[in-house]
Amino acid sequence: MKPTPSFNRSLWVYHFNSGSCNGCEIEIVATLCPRYDPERFGIRLVGSPRHADVMLVTGPVVKKMKDRLIRVYAQIPDPKVVMCIGTCGTSGGVFYDSYNLEGPIDDIIPVDVYVPGCPPRPEAIIHGVVVALAKLERLEGGSI
Amino acid sequence: MSGEKKAPYIVPIGPTHPALKEPVMFTFEMDGEQIREVDFAPGQVHRGIEWMGMRRNPVQIVHLTDRICGICGVSHTLAFSRAVEQVAEIEVPERADYIRTIIAEFERIQSHLLWAGVAAHELGFDSLLYLTWQVREQAMDVIENLTGNRVNYGIVQVGGVRRDIVPEQHKVIEDCLSAYEGVLSKLLDLFLHDRTIAMRCRDVGVLSKDDALKLCTVGPTARASGVNVDLRQDYPYCAYGDLEVRSILPDQYAGETRGDVYDRIVVRLLEVGQSCRIIRQCLSEMPPGEVTAEPKLAKLLAICKKASGEAIGRVEAPRGECFHYVLMAGKEAPHAWKVKASSYSNLMSWIPMLRGEQIADIPIIVASIDPCLSCTDRVAVVKGGLQSILSREDLHRLSVEKTRRLQQ
Repeated sequence: MKPTPSFNRSLWVYHFNSGSCNGCEIEIVATLCPRYDPERFGIRLVGSPRHADVMLVTGPVVKKMKDRLIRVYAQIPDPKVVMCIGTCGTSGGVFYDSYNLEGPIDDIIPVDVYVPGCPPRPEAIIHGVVVALAKLERLEGGSI
Repeated sequence: MSGEKKAPYIVPIGPTHPALKEPVMFTFEMDGEQIREVDFAPGQVHRGIEWMGMRRNPVQIVHLTDRICGICGVSHTLAFSRAVEQVAEIEVPERADYIRTIIAEFERIQSHLLWAGVAAHELGFDSLLYLTWQVREQAMDVIENLTGNRVNYGIVQVGGVRRDIVPEQHKVIEDCLSAYEGVLSKLLDLFLHDRTIAMRCRDVGVLSKDDALKLCTVGPTARASGVNVDLRQDYPYCAYGDLEVRSILPDQYAGETRGDVYDRIVVRLLEVGQSCRIIRQCLSEMPPGEVTAEPKLAKLLAICKKASGEAIGRVEAPRGECFHYVLMAGKEAPHAWKVKASSYSNLMSWIPMLRGEQIADIPIIVASIDPCLSCTDRVAVVKGGLQSILSREDLHRLSVEKTRRLQQ
């Protein structure tokens, strides 16, 4: 990872499970644990969406979670970046023909970074956060 | 605030809450700090997996069963495959049975360590969370080496397994096992001789043996209450019949069974050691031979398509008994498929555990049964919007009707 010159803030991450199989959840927690240790870059999981810069969404968005997803998204202060973790959030994955899906995620809220994989490896998730960081800096700089 | 309404007051927690890794809705009726009554509403992550399964063929379904739950995917796949194998009368090669056992035990190791870390986190002991998850990574490496993926392995197929364990991999497994046997005593010491953990977990969230039996709890939750159940011992499947598996009960360690959170920690940590011994025994006794009954998928599909009949596959998942019922009727897709995950049996035990406890103990008690809601959320019945919640009697009647219908 090559930090940009304006690497001046810590990215706080909020995780939202929209009906995932837990595979991505485990990999997100594994990502935050000592082997990969992204906390040295200030990346950490927070408990409240109001403290977060980045929202990690996992799962294919089942019916019951749709409204909650929209509400949690609205609670994150701007500028914010949404990361879609896992294949089922991107396209429905193995659950594509289920009757109970409202997803994929980008039908409901705007997604900035897609991390494919079922589940993605921790390295892939960290790479996604780095991409998200670059996007946040552009957002703050007002270039897009 | 009018100030007129006094206790009890209602505290809703969920469906999204930092203390919950998965969506579930709790409603607590509180009297001061004490929980007077508790209710919960699962079903927030229902994806209609059985419905989808009835439109796919068994070779495709094993990838769906992998994703019923990311933590115990092998157990679901194994239970489903065993059911289909019984219907289609496919005989699994002995070597495949041993490989399945090894993978299932590695899954148990990583799942129990994962749980131990989460439990430490819920107690506010984050350094222990980081330690256990660092230890767990070694099991993940071995799983990746054996199957090709860290989570959702996709190694079990109807009729056998997809990959063999080659001699070079024996050393990798052996290294991991000896590392675990070394570190396990340290973990036991950290978890069980720590005063803080003992204070927070002893006599907290007690589930009596009587309640455990009445509520049909399974797996470590039942064993921690002194119920001697373990499918690997009671109804051996795969290679367990050749191995020595005795269920682990907390009195073997502490000399007594209290059925509290502490006992659940004891059972799970000791089971990590047991899994290490099982894997070691499997490695030394593994017979040579094929790893799948039918390597050609087209042929396998043709066999499954011809099969008709019903069968049950039962597997001891890390959280308890995992149960799959499959009915094939000479078509490509199964005619009926029912999944009963282990957490489904365990969820009701939350109510006696939580009643009378303090609000601060909610996270550790909720976590103590190792709930897995993505496994559990199977049934959601909506009938034309008229009746959204069905009573127990209604469900029972529907169930009887369905059984009769299937028998015709």
